[in-house]
Amino acid sequence: MIVVIVTAAVLFGAGAIAALWRIIRGPSALDRIIASDVLIATAMCALGAEMAINRHTDTLPVLLGLALFTVVGSVSVARFISTRDDT
Amino acid sequence: MSGSGSGPAGSNGSRSRLRRARLASGLIPFLGLVLLWMLLWGQFTWLAFATGLVLAFIVSVVFYLPAVRLSGRFNGGRALLFLGRLIADVVVASVQIAWSALNPGYRPSNAILTVQLATRSDLLMTFTAVAVGLVPGSIVLDIDRDAGILHLHALNVASAADVPALKRSVSAAERRLILAMGSADDLARLAKSASMSEGRAG
Amino acid sequence: MTGDGVRDVITAVLVLLSAFLCFAAGVGLIRFTDVLSRLHAATKPQILGLMAIVADVAVSNPSVSTITLAFAIVFFQSLTAPMAAHMVGRAAYRTGHFRSDILVADDLGPFIPPHGGKS
Repeated sequence: MIVVIVTAAVLFGAGAIAALWRIIRGPSALDRIIASDVLIATAMCALGAEMAINRHTDTLPVLLGLALFTVVGSVSVARFISTRDDT
Repeated sequence: MSGSGSGPAGSNGSRSRLRRARLASGLIPFLGLVLLWMLLWGQFTWLAFATGLVLAFIVSVVFYLPAVRLSGRFNGGRALLFLGRLIADVVVASVQIAWSALNPGYRPSNAILTVQLATRSDLLMTFTAVAVGLVPGSIVLDIDRDAGILHLHALNVASAADVPALKRSVSAAERRLILAMGSADDLARLAKSASMSEGRAG
Repeated sequence: MTGDGVRDVITAVLVLLSAFLCFAAGVGLIRFTDVLSRLHAATKPQILGLMAIVADVAVSNPSVSTITLAFAIVFFQSLTAPMAAHMVGRAAYRTGHFRSDILVADDLGPFIPPHGGKS
């Protein structure tokens, strides 16, 4: 099991760092929104993986909250960008 | 937000049918809200049901939205078929795109395409768009609601020759959805467009 | 791996699948060349990765409340993720944040000019 945990941690970490790099570098604001979505999805998956491995369900409501409300950020920024460039 | 197909209710029978359809259109989302509340609490008790009823009532009064026009037809087996196929599509497409991200010889080649939908129902159009957006590799860029046209962006389209196959796969997803819960009107339009495309191919 | 070995194997496989998808999304985010392509990379861990991990949690402690909450999470994520992708994609198309030289076909061109039109 320890091999699985280490492998998963490395993969999650690499994915999160890649997303972070895109947030810092991203040429446009849209790149940054997409990258932060990926970062949140990675965090959700990592939280879930921890729950599955340790056999508890304490952070399941956190996943629900994130699934519900991450969309608000990307939708509002996307809307702001498309209306600003329309004028 | 009145749909394009709604004429003035003529005879008495059609009016009572309209009223019944409107009642069902209001009741099903309401019961959906109650069910959702019970899902969130993870318990199916009378207490959860009662608080759910109260909250669903408050939500539907305070956050009033125009009524969804339901077709009044629902085929459970077809809906399961649609869901199963959707999940299979998501798995296959996820693996494909993961591969193209990791493949060292990746060359970008995308396409923007338009698909003419058979349905005129806002609800089915939305469901089709969500189903298309769920499958990695295709994103809905824009919807022309009056003409029923979906504009998509697709990843990894090798050449313009692959575009018709992609359009067909979107139409097939819509077809499964209409067979599951479309109105009789949509079914007729589907049959007509299917026979037309067969005639063109033959 | 003793006792309930089958459950351990399922847990391990699903965790690794989800981790792999997150990793591939990160790589895609770096390697893909324009906003719309990166958007495709981003939808993978949001949907299949989360489905896998939530199914995993439901398998490792099966109870009514866990399974219903798992359904609710997958339901909301699969309802909101395409919406966010659509909004970002539309903004990207209308503001011209994409490379038209890697498109093999563009049907939308004649319908909406990238810089014009009202929402």
